[in-house]
Amino acid sequence: MPIFPNLKNSDELSALFYRLFVVIFICIGLSFLSEAFLTVNNLLNVLRQASLLFLMASGLTLVILTAGIDLSVGANVGMSACLAGTVLLATGSTTLGFLTGICCGALIGLANGLLVTLLRLPSFIATYGMLWILHGITYYFMAGATINGFSKSFRMIGSGYWFGIPVPIYMMLFFLISGSIFLRYTIFGQQIYALGANPVTARLSGVPVTRRLLLVYILSGITAGLASLVFLARLNSAEGDIGEALTLPAIAAVLIGGTSLFGGVGTMLGTLIGALILTLVLNGMNILSIDGNLQALVTGVIIIVSVLLDLILRRKSVV
Amino acid sequence: MSNIHILSKNLGYRNYFQRIPGVAMMLMVGIFFFGILSKDFLSVSNLTNIGLQSSILLLISLPMTLVIMTEGIDMSIGALLTFCGVVMAYTLSVTHSLPIAICLAMCSGLLVGLINGSIIVYWKLPPFVVTLGTLGICQSLALVVTDGQSITDVGEIVQLAYNGKVGGVAIPLIFSVIAYFITYFLLYQTRFGIYVCAIGGNRESLNLAGVSTNFYHLAVYAFSGLMAGVASILLTARMSAGHPTAAIGMEFDAIAAVVVGGTSFEKGNGWLLGTLLGVLTVGVLRNGLNLLGVPSSVQVASIGLLVLVALLIDSMKMKS
Repeated sequence: MPIFPNLKNSDELSALFYRLFVVIFICIGLSFLSEAFLTVNNLLNVLRQASLLFLMASGLTLVILTAGIDLSVGANVGMSACLAGTVLLATGSTTLGFLTGICCGALIGLANGLLVTLLRLPSFIATYGMLWILHGITYYFMAGATINGFSKSFRMIGSGYWFGIPVPIYMMLFFLISGSIFLRYTIFGQQIYALGANPVTARLSGVPVTRRLLLVYILSGITAGLASLVFLARLNSAEGDIGEALTLPAIAAVLIGGTSLFGGVGTMLGTLIGALILTLVLNGMNILSIDGNLQALVTGVIIIVSVLLDLILRRKSVV
Repeated sequence: MSNIHILSKNLGYRNYFQRIPGVAMMLMVGIFFFGILSKDFLSVSNLTNIGLQSSILLLISLPMTLVIMTEGIDMSIGALLTFCGVVMAYTLSVTHSLPIAICLAMCSGLLVGLINGSIIVYWKLPPFVVTLGTLGICQSLALVVTDGQSITDVGEIVQLAYNGKVGGVAIPLIFSVIAYFITYFLLYQTRFGIYVCAIGGNRESLNLAGVSTNFYHLAVYAFSGLMAGVASILLTARMSAGHPTAAIGMEFDAIAAVVVGGTSFEKGNGWLLGTLLGVLTVGVLRNGLNLLGVPSSVQVASIGLLVLVALLIDSMKMKS
């Protein structure tokens, strides 16, 4: 399969190296600027935050690979977290809580997928509508209340340690490896690339477009549901507006990671590095005590700049 | 030239009679439904109230119609409206001069609109991602200017823009009527409007005809930003304060109004009167649900459903 991106492809490799350089550059810069940066605690904290972002962004990467977008991930995380939290408190069963979170995420993904495939709505408008519907339902459901106090066994997945390393980091590695294998070595994965690169040729060469798109949106919903559980376990509390500020960073992570908005180009490893870069930048702003209100501004600028860079690089490679 | 003219007329008025039932029916059903369920709904004061409340939404939905007709979208307009409102309130609190505040609010709207437009038009980035980026930027700036607090020191005069009357007609309604007719004139009587239809419908042939498409495309986004600035005057007057999250999410109401009004995301197919009816539909829905004591969170969800229903009907019409 020579046309698909892989690590033997020199362009792909150099793009990843560029991004790794950015990571290293930011790290060196921050460690000069502040003593608080280069401590084991802070680095583990960065990794833990990045892992949460990556969980959300991994499913979103699949959607963006098909030239679509899922703007409802943040709202999905919010709703799944609130539902799962309520179930956890009501039943005391970690398993049921898990199932609720993931099923809720998957169902929302399915709804998105149906809107995009059956009704042929543009994905950004369908998922944007979904965002507000979910926000509305979540606010109504929570009625302004905050729930907290989950069992210790549940909180393990968010704030626990395993051999001295936070549990979410293991999840991140697991998703990175399984996601990469899924994308590169399975037919499903290859079909997703094909679909994003050129939907018409993909359909003509026998890719079941509707079913694959549905799968992609459901997977995005599931990763959002999973992320919501990790988020819930780490915060140990949930309220209605929990997922509001998560959508922009997730999209930014995918786009910095080199996944093209126009579909067909991108890798899981790229998204991981993207999540790292964004987390490092936001963490750095925190450490240098820059106004927290500016975080959305920085994220917004990063989104625009990374799409622009992607476009410039693509034009260069076409010419 | 004459051919393009006829084409755009057709685009503008196509399905004229097919569409009237859609939006107008929804509006009728809404008025009928809430009229039965709530006694206060059909009172004169409440209906005037709906008109006043809808004026801000109308001011940003009109340019949104043009933006969507060019196959674009402006997600930043709610955050931009907030930002302009904050700029206006801040200027008022510092200088106490209404003209300077209005001028600065409109300029900052225009500026962000121009930035949106330049990035979209000259660098050819997808509109939704660019305006999503500027959404974050405007939201952030509004928070930074106010430091997360409300600015209440805006003086008394500014309230006149929302509560005042000229010749017995409320000022927001005058704003709405003027804005509607200006947009109507631009869209249906000028070259600009013809090109807007054509940018969405067939940009390639417009380029080949020697029209500087980029300029007109940029103008659409600049107009959108400017109108957000104008709307922010009403917003600030209504709240007589500048609040950093005042109109967050309002872009969704605007998109809802435009989509419900029958403007489609493809082929430059837009309808201005439909947008007006769409704005009223959203206004009636919000107001009616409010009177019935439905919490605002559910109102938001119901507008989401309204959009999906409208799109569903639209896609079924396309198939038939």
